[in-house]
Amino acid sequence: MDNSLAISIGSIFAWAGPVIFGVMGETITERAGVMNLSLNGSLILTAMVGFVVGTTTNNFMLGFLAAALVGALIALLIAFMSISLKQSQVAVGYVLAVATKSLAYFLGAPYVGKPVMLLPQVPIPYLSEIPFIGAILFKQTILTYMSYVLVFVCFWWIYKTHQGLILQGIGERPSAAYIRGVNVNRMRYIYTGIGGALVGIGGALYSLSVKTWNGQLSGFDGIGWIILAITIFGSWHPLKGAMGAYLFVLLQYLGIVLQPLLPNINSRIFQVAPFPLMILALLFVNIGNADWVDRTLAGLPEDVRRTIAKILRAMKTSPPAALGIPFEKE
Amino acid sequence: MDVEVRNIHKTFGKVHANNDISLVVKSGEVQGILGENGAGKSTLMKILSGFISLDAGSILLDGKEVTIGSPADSVKFGIGMLHQDPLDFPPLNVLDNLILGSRERMIPNRKKVRQEFVELQKQFDFSISPDAFIDSLSVGERQQLEIIRLLWLGAEVLILDEPTTGISAAQKIQLFAMVRKLSEQGKAILFVSHKLEEVEALCTQVAVFRQGMNVGQMLPPFDNDKLVEMMFGKILTRSDRKCCTQEKVNIEVSDLKIDDPRLPIKNVNFCIQKGEVIGLAGMEGSGQGLLLRALAGIIRPSGGHIWLCEENSSKKDFVGKHYFDFKDSGISFLPADRLDEGLIAGLDLREHFILAEKQKGFFVDAKAAMQLTEKRIKDFNIKGTAENMVESLSGGNQQRAELALLRQPLRLLLLDHPTRGLDIESTLYIWSKLKQRCSEGASIFFVSSDLDEILQYSDRILVFFGGKVSKPLDAGDVSVDQLGQLIGGRGWE
Amino acid sequence: MEKEKTKNPNQNSFLFNLLTNRASSMTLAVVFALVFTSLLVWMMKANPISVFQTIITGAFGSTNNFTQVIQAWVPLVLASLGLMFTFTAGLWNIGMEGQIVMGAIFSYGIIRIFDGSDASSALVIILCILAGILGGTLWAFLVGLLKNFGGVNEIFGGLGFNFIADAVMLFLVFGPWKPEGVANGSTKMLDTRFWLPQIEGTYLSLWALGIAIVCVILVTVILQGTYFGLKLKAVGKNNKSSFLLGIHTNRYMLLAFVLCGVLAGLTGALQVLGFNHVLRNNISGGYGYIGLMVGMLANIQPLITAPIAFIFIALSKGAAGLGIDLKLDSNLAGVIQGALVIFVLIMDGVRKVLIKKFKGVQSG
Repeated sequence: MDNSLAISIGSIFAWAGPVIFGVMGETITERAGVMNLSLNGSLILTAMVGFVVGTTTNNFMLGFLAAALVGALIALLIAFMSISLKQSQVAVGYVLAVATKSLAYFLGAPYVGKPVMLLPQVPIPYLSEIPFIGAILFKQTILTYMSYVLVFVCFWWIYKTHQGLILQGIGERPSAAYIRGVNVNRMRYIYTGIGGALVGIGGALYSLSVKTWNGQLSGFDGIGWIILAITIFGSWHPLKGAMGAYLFVLLQYLGIVLQPLLPNINSRIFQVAPFPLMILALLFVNIGNADWVDRTLAGLPEDVRRTIAKILRAMKTSPPAALGIPFEKE
Repeated sequence: MDVEVRNIHKTFGKVHANNDISLVVKSGEVQGILGENGAGKSTLMKILSGFISLDAGSILLDGKEVTIGSPADSVKFGIGMLHQDPLDFPPLNVLDNLILGSRERMIPNRKKVRQEFVELQKQFDFSISPDAFIDSLSVGERQQLEIIRLLWLGAEVLILDEPTTGISAAQKIQLFAMVRKLSEQGKAILFVSHKLEEVEALCTQVAVFRQGMNVGQMLPPFDNDKLVEMMFGKILTRSDRKCCTQEKVNIEVSDLKIDDPRLPIKNVNFCIQKGEVIGLAGMEGSGQGLLLRALAGIIRPSGGHIWLCEENSSKKDFVGKHYFDFKDSGISFLPADRLDEGLIAGLDLREHFILAEKQKGFFVDAKAAMQLTEKRIKDFNIKGTAENMVESLSGGNQQRAELALLRQPLRLLLLDHPTRGLDIESTLYIWSKLKQRCSEGASIFFVSSDLDEILQYSDRILVFFGGKVSKPLDAGDVSVDQLGQLIGGRGWE
Repeated sequence: MEKEKTKNPNQNSFLFNLLTNRASSMTLAVVFALVFTSLLVWMMKANPISVFQTIITGAFGSTNNFTQVIQAWVPLVLASLGLMFTFTAGLWNIGMEGQIVMGAIFSYGIIRIFDGSDASSALVIILCILAGILGGTLWAFLVGLLKNFGGVNEIFGGLGFNFIADAVMLFLVFGPWKPEGVANGSTKMLDTRFWLPQIEGTYLSLWALGIAIVCVILVTVILQGTYFGLKLKAVGKNNKSSFLLGIHTNRYMLLAFVLCGVLAGLTGALQVLGFNHVLRNNISGGYGYIGLMVGMLANIQPLITAPIAFIFIALSKGAAGLGIDLKLDSNLAGVIQGALVIFVLIMDGVRKVLIKKFKGVQSG
């Protein structure tokens, strides 16, 4: 009993792996000032690529590598079209989200039904022996371990390294980074590419570990949009983003667990549960930015206003100031 | 380090922003650079700091010619620029902000940087916490931080661009003390300003820029009147001013207060007569723009009254009302940046005229709109057709189009630099149209950095200095000297 | 930059003109898209020529095929027209899908009320359409409110509501509205007297087609001939200037959502009454998502949506035969559509960058 509970809780961490890779990739990309809106399609295409390359070469490594490469290429196309050609990031990202999904289904169709291989679990010696916790956290695949590490690496990189400070700078105030001698657009290309590669690994994780490729990513179409929302919800901070990701997967998981209790309700409805929550969460973090709030507050007595303003400020997240804005040096 | 620029040229389109500028600043000098907006000061500073490249001319550091191709080069050569709006990163803390622009290792040695920062800071009696976040600092502290940062990076030449805008008096004293100390240490300092008394207090020599040229150098003691004349050019005519002022009060402003974090304005009192032209003089950013926008209803004053006076001597307070109420009462605002908040790029002239007219019915009468547009194009002498997108028009024609868009009748017209960037013909034309409005009873309130224009067209003048507003001065009586003194910050109680 | 400007003044070269002329650069974009898809097809070891042949035959090869194309053109063009309002106002209504779904749900709700009654079928059909419009509008209005007063970007608000609409649909078709005995993701079929009359032997309803054509004209007139349309365009081009010119910008943005929702709801109602004759999962047919791409290409000219939607739907319908004839997945249609938009965006970007770089901004 105890053990099966641990295993099912452990599966939350396994499922969250791809979401974590996606959220970290998007966080880095957006921190650099570029929005990769193509996530929903990129994830499906890279899942397909990872599966096809992985299974035909019988080599997981190559599968993940190919997926990362494809993810990076899509991201770089967005970077090229928005940074160099000055097209709207939203437009480009949206079209790519749709087009890469079709591309995945088109190219992946012949591989439906091919023998499946799933990434093996590698229990970590000693740590996996820890009662309960060990079974939850340390009987996972290598990539799940990497997802734990990735969160801390991203955090460390953004806040603790010199390069990470530059990353924050180009998304926040590119002109200030420029006068400090940073080649803003080149850095934006690099980080968009890296972010895309991480998203690609996330995609391959779906098809090689969490689910598999059966022509569709059943139940996971739409996950890319959620990842974009989690990135905002996590206010572009790796640790908060990771929290959002685990919360989301937990909700999905609860949906499935609670399903038997309400047999009349289709299971897919539970999977939708996080979405209204996503909207509410976005409403909470954004409402402080709306101007009618300021106007209404101005009419309230001083002390009430102060308190409300304080609460709003605490909830509010502001995106990197230069997100989506092309940088031009005069 | 000695800095020398020789025969610098830089053009933007048709504008000759730097026209054969030469300047020598020796180590230990504090070189003041005076000039109105658009005189070419910032262009030269941006060239020195690698932000833009020069078309012709040369830069010499310690007598050796150098090519500055990017801000990175400029940092490498030891030139540091303090921008008017400190170019830092508000969400970062002080230490990270320092490290970002340095050549620190992959994992920065924060302990070392902290120590160096604290030591440098001590030299100048600053007290910024290395852990404070930039957005919690005042503008003055952010400036101090930027200067420290530049010194920490090894700057030998410091460019200070309007450093006293928006900082407190105490911070100004600290800043000046720091500048003096740095010049004693042998740094070359370029102090860009348009405040005469600051230049006088600080600089060892002054150059005045006008219309892209270096029009003259001066050593102390500085002759104030001469400097004003050099900055604004000789003021020649004040003849044939036609006054349309009627003896009826149009708008009364009393005890107006505007809360602006950088430039609070209070105690503004004056009346505007019908048909009167009031010119707003002062260095750019002394509060004219804020008052203009408050009168237009775009920013909300935090106190006081704006009374709109009627024929039957009743009056209504408009403070707190919506911008559309101001607009419906015949108050119109024409911004300086026409394509940003005046005209709509992507729409043609005809569409603009339809939008500006009162809506009649649901459908647009294309024929009537076309006729109206063609009539206005003719009336206002706009070079363009009804189908021309506004962004394809020249500046002069855009401004004519804006005037043509104004509705009838008009109570008050607020203009932000109505003729900036226009040629003489357009300027004259626009003023003839404006005067026509005055004869119809509208009042005009305009900001200009061209003193000649203000003296030429105003009936009365308000002078602004650091958020203070003078009493209305009669344009007929006021002397150029008097204006120059007030603009430069003297003669205020 | 400066040096290039003087070094490369060869503005009369063939290539330069080819890339900076709007017509030729768009033609090139189409060519590139076709070449790109041909390469993909070739990679899948099929013959591109026969693929395009199959698609064309699939779309136009028989009266039956052609009526299917026309039938599917109706919802796509309606969705694209709705998006013209939001695009004109500078907004991204990704929530179109959910708005169509809500339209279908509301519309079917009316059917359930009148099922078995002897109310006149014309009356019920009209009520259904009105209810559908109400549903779509409501869903769009919510997104607009969130955007205007909650600061929630319409892309995320819209997506969220898409998923919620899907959940509501699933709940209904597997729950209270499921036909007796079975739960197969669809309600029971409408009484035939509530169907929109359709041409014998086809699914094509001339009524639906008529409504679509009327809407094309109506939206064109509204957007290009009225004060409302012009103000909406002004808001989309420059919010700040529009406000200073006296336009209630917030109100107009909200109205854009509402009108978009009206057309979405209409689309949903027609999907129920004119084509599916049931309420089922995925009833929106993805037209909201494809409509966004049609809308991007139409560049806020409603009249152009008609031919573009036609090309897109011909691709989708024509590609259905690929699986049978060539053993290729029909998602190739989506790939071609996406490639078209991408290459149009790329060529448009190249054109603008070149013009800016070498011709300079027109100044004076």
